[in-house]
Amino acid sequence: MTNRTPLLFLNVLIIASCGLIYELLAGTVASYVIGDSITQFSLIIGIYLSALGVGAWLSRFIDRDLAARFVEIEIAVALVGGLSAPLLFFGFARLQWFQLFLFLIVFVIGVLVGLELPILMRILREQLDFKELVSRILTFDYIGSLIAAVLFPLFLVPRIGLIRTSLIFGFLNGCVGLYGTYLMRPLMDRVAGLRIRAVAVMSLLVVAFIYARTLTSISEQELFADDVVYATSSPYQRIVVTRGASGFHLFLNGNLQFSSADEYRYHEALVHPAFSAAAAPRRVLVLGGGDGLALREILRYPSVQSATLVDLDPKMTSLSKAFPALADLNRHSFSDRRVHLVNEDAMVWLTENRERFDVVIVDFPDPNNFSLGKLYTTRFYHLLREHLNPDAAVAVQCTSPLFARRSYWCIIRTMEAAGLVVRPYQTTVPSFGVWGFALAELHPFAPPASLSLPMRYLDVPTLASMFVLSPDMAPVPVEINRLDNQMLVRYYEEEWKKWS
Amino acid sequence: MSLSRRDLLAAFLGAPFAAIACRRPVRRSLPPGEIVGASDRVGHRLREALRPSTDSWTSRDVVIVGAGIAGLAAGWRLTHADLNDYSVFDLEPVAGGTARSGRNTTSQYPWGAHYVPAPLPENRVLIRLLGEMGVMDGNEVAEQYLCRDPQERVFYRGAWYEGLYLSAGATHDDARQLHEFEREIDRWVAMRAFTIPTALGSQNADVMALDRMSAAQWLDAHRWTSPRLRWLVAYACRDDYGATLEDTSAWAAVFYFASRVPAPGKPSQPLITWPEGNGRFVRHLTNDRVETGWLVTSVIPTENGADVIAASRDGSHARGIHAKNVIFAGPQFIAARVIRDYRDVRDFVYGSWLVANLTISRSPESHGFPMCWDNALYDSPSLGYVVATHQSGRDSGPTVLTYYYAFTDHDPRVSRERLLSAGRDEWAEVVLSDLSRAHPEIRDITERLDVMRWGHAMVRPYPGFIASAARREAAQPFRSIELANTDLSGVALMEEALYHGVRAAEAVLRRGGRDTATYL
Repeated sequence: MTNRTPLLFLNVLIIASCGLIYELLAGTVASYVIGDSITQFSLIIGIYLSALGVGAWLSRFIDRDLAARFVEIEIAVALVGGLSAPLLFFGFARLQWFQLFLFLIVFVIGVLVGLELPILMRILREQLDFKELVSRILTFDYIGSLIAAVLFPLFLVPRIGLIRTSLIFGFLNGCVGLYGTYLMRPLMDRVAGLRIRAVAVMSLLVVAFIYARTLTSISEQELFADDVVYATSSPYQRIVVTRGASGFHLFLNGNLQFSSADEYRYHEALVHPAFSAAAAPRRVLVLGGGDGLALREILRYPSVQSATLVDLDPKMTSLSKAFPALADLNRHSFSDRRVHLVNEDAMVWLTENRERFDVVIVDFPDPNNFSLGKLYTTRFYHLLREHLNPDAAVAVQCTSPLFARRSYWCIIRTMEAAGLVVRPYQTTVPSFGVWGFALAELHPFAPPASLSLPMRYLDVPTLASMFVLSPDMAPVPVEINRLDNQMLVRYYEEEWKKWS
Repeated sequence: MSLSRRDLLAAFLGAPFAAIACRRPVRRSLPPGEIVGASDRVGHRLREALRPSTDSWTSRDVVIVGAGIAGLAAGWRLTHADLNDYSVFDLEPVAGGTARSGRNTTSQYPWGAHYVPAPLPENRVLIRLLGEMGVMDGNEVAEQYLCRDPQERVFYRGAWYEGLYLSAGATHDDARQLHEFEREIDRWVAMRAFTIPTALGSQNADVMALDRMSAAQWLDAHRWTSPRLRWLVAYACRDDYGATLEDTSAWAAVFYFASRVPAPGKPSQPLITWPEGNGRFVRHLTNDRVETGWLVTSVIPTENGADVIAASRDGSHARGIHAKNVIFAGPQFIAARVIRDYRDVRDFVYGSWLVANLTISRSPESHGFPMCWDNALYDSPSLGYVVATHQSGRDSGPTVLTYYYAFTDHDPRVSRERLLSAGRDEWAEVVLSDLSRAHPEIRDITERLDVMRWGHAMVRPYPGFIASAARREAAQPFRSIELANTDLSGVALMEEALYHGVRAAEAVLRRGGRDTATYL
C-alpha cells in the first residue's frame, strides 16, 4: 500500500478540482439564468462551504469499510456532480422552484465532497504520520482548487461549455472511484459491485456526453458562440437565450433578436421617432416585440395610458416576464399596470379587434417564412390603418436596407401601396449591422425633430441623421408584397442567402 | 375490418404501396369519427313515397327542387326580382349540395367544392354575387379572399416541392414539353374559346373537335410524353372531373387550363377561397325559404304548372304543392326518377368521391417546401389535402385537413360499389396510410376523422359528351319545368351551377312577365 500512496494524492488533486468545478458551475449557471451574479455566487459559496462542513461532520458516523464507502461516495459525486449542469439547465426550463432546486443540488454535492477528505485521511492514517498526512492532503487539495479555478474561466467555459465540463468532471470523479477499487483492493472485501456501479455511472455520463451533441437544446451550444442558458420550443418557434462576455442574446429559430449590449440602439430607434411624430400619444399598440424591450421604451412616456402588446407566442412573453435577466433588461415592463398582453397572431387580432391607437410599434422577426411574410403585406397594412387614430404614427422594423435592400424597399413600397405615408430611416446596431425602419402616418408629415426624454443613444442630431439613407441603400424597383404573392419572403430568402 | 389491411390498401392505394405500408405493422387505434351525408339511402328508401292527404296541399308561385348552388342561386335571383313566393326543398338536413361545409371547434372546413378562380369580366353574375358578399374591392377581388401564397405543393420521393408541376429534377425535354403545352394553351386563350360560364364560349368547329378525343389522345397527338406534364394534366382531370386522361374529353382538359387565363402569356386567375370552401356561397345564398330535410318524390307536370310531392326525411309525413313554376335544380339522374315521364338521361355519367376531414392537433412536419393551401401527393391516387386554416391566418396549432379521393374507374357503377364497400374505419385506415407517406406522424396528431361518401359527386365530361345533343337538349325546359344544375354544362363547377340557377330563375321571371334584365 505504501508505494501506492502518491497515487492517492493524485486522487486528492482530482477530487479537489472536481469539487470546486461543481461549485463554479452552479454559480455560473445561476448567474446566467437568474442574473445578479454577486448574490448567486455568494449564496452558492456559502451553501457549498456549509455543506462541506455537514459532510465532514457526517463522516464520523462511518465506521466500517472505509475504502468501500469512499468509492461509493466518489460514484455518487460523479453522478450528481457530473449531471449537475444539465440538470440545472433542464430544471430551469421546467421548475417553478428553480432556486430551491439549485441550492439542493449544491448542498448534496457539498455534503458528498465534504465526506471525501475526512474518510480518505482516515484510510491513509495507517500509512503516514498525522503531520505528514495533513500537510500532503491539504497541499494537493489547494493545488487542485487552483488548477480548477484557473482552468474554469480560461479554458473550460469558453472551449468546452458548461454542460460538457460538468460531464467531464463527473467522469473524472468516476475514474477516481473505479481506480480506488484497484488501489485499495487489500482494504476491501468485495469490489465487483462497486466496479459495476462505477462503470454504470461513467457510461451514463459518456452516453449523456454523446447524446448531448445530438440533443437539440445542447447541440445548439455548437451553433452559438456563447453558452446556451435557456432553450425551449413552442409551437411557433425555437427560443434560445445565450449568455457570454458581452451579455445576453435572444435567438428565435436561430436568428438573433437582440444582444443586451446594444439593443438600446435598436429599441430607441424603433420607438422614439414615432413618439416624436405623434403628439403626446396615450394609447399604444405593439405588434410582436414579445421581449418587452420596445415596451420598456414606451412606458417611459408619462402620456401613455395604455399599451397593448400582441405577440403570438405565450412562451416568449412569459419568458420575458419570468426570466430574471430578461425581466431586468425590459425593466419588468410586463408587470406595468398600463400593459395589456394578448397572445394571438397579430393579423388575426387586427381582423377581430376594433380599437384605435395613437402609436403602433411593429416589431416582428424578419420575413423569413410565409407565416411572417403575411405580416408585411398590403392586407396587413390595410388592417393596421383601420386601427389608427387620425394623427397616429407607426414604426415598423424592416430588416437591413444594406444586406437586404430589395426586401427593405419592398416593405416600404408595400406600406405605401396600402395608403400610408412612409418615411424610411436607418441606424446602426453593432450586432445586426445597418438596420432599417419605416415611420408612417395617414397624412404627409415632417420628419421628427425633437425628443422629449433623455436617451442613451438618440439626441436631436442623431435622430435627424437616421432619416438620411446613403446611396448604397437607395430605392430599388420592387414588387408589392401581397398575401397572394408573398414577394417579400422570396426577396428576403435570395438576399440573405448571399450573406450567410 | 373484413378486408386485411393489406388488401384494403391495395384496393384503394395500389398494391405496391400496400406492400410497402404493410411492412411495418400499425398498432395504433383509429381516431374517432363518423360517416356524414350524402343521404342516398334515404332517397332510395323513400322512392315508394307516401301520398299526401288532401289537407296538406298548398300553393307556391315557384318550387325549387335541390338546395345546392344552382337551386340557391335560382332563389337568390327570384328574391332580387321581388318574387318571394317560393320554396327550396332538399333531402339533406343542410343546404349546399356538393358545396356544403362543416364546422367544429377548430375550424370550418369544406365537404366538397372549395374554391372558385377569380372571375374574368365575362362572368358577370359571379362578379355581382361576389360584390354583394363584400368580396370585391372595386373591380378586383379583395386581397384577403384570394388564396394566400404559397398555394400549392407536391410531395415526391420524400420531399415537398412548390407548385403542382414537379419541376425538381425535370429534364431539358420535360421543360421543352411544358413550354409547348403552355404555348398551345395560350393559343386557345387567344381565341377566347373557353370561358366561364361555358355557355359564353365558342362553339366553333375547331373547339368542338377537341371533344371528339380524350385528353390522353390529345397529349399523344402533340407527342407530349413527359411524365411530369402528363401527371399535371391527369391531376387536373382527376381534380376537376374525377376522371382519368382516357375518360376525359380533351375539350374539358383544355377548358381547365385555358378558361382561367385572362390573356395569352398571363398567369392563371388567382383562386378565391375560404376556410369552409364554397360553403361561404351557401351561407350567403341560404334564406328562410330553404326547407331542408324534405325529399321531393315526384314532380307531375299539370296544365297550370306542376304538382310537387315531398316526403319528410323520417318518412312520417308528406305534403303537396301546386306550383305555377318548378325549377328542378338537382342532377339529371334524379330528374329522371322524380319528374314524371322525363327524358332519357343515360348519357349523363357521374363519378364518385370520398372526402375526409381530419382534425389535427398541430401541423405535421414538412421536409422541403412548407405547408400550402393545396398539398398533392405525386404517387398517390388521391388528390392530397387542403388546409382549412390556411386562409384564416392561423399558421400553427390545430387545424383541419380536407382529403379528397376521386374514383376514376371507367365504369362509375364499379366506383360506387367500391366507395360503399368500405366503412368509416376502412376509409380512415386508407386516408391515414396515404397521408403517412408524407407525414409519418399523421396517426398521432389526428384527433378526429370524418368521412363523406359522394356516390354521384360530379358529372363526367367524357369524350363526346360536351358536344352531344343529349347534353345540349337537357338544358331546355321539360314542359313547364326549368332545369338548373351544373351537369347541364357537362362539367361540375360552382360557376356553372350559379349560371344555370340564375338562367332558370330568369326564365321563370320572364314567363311571369317580370323584370327581364339579365344578370348573365
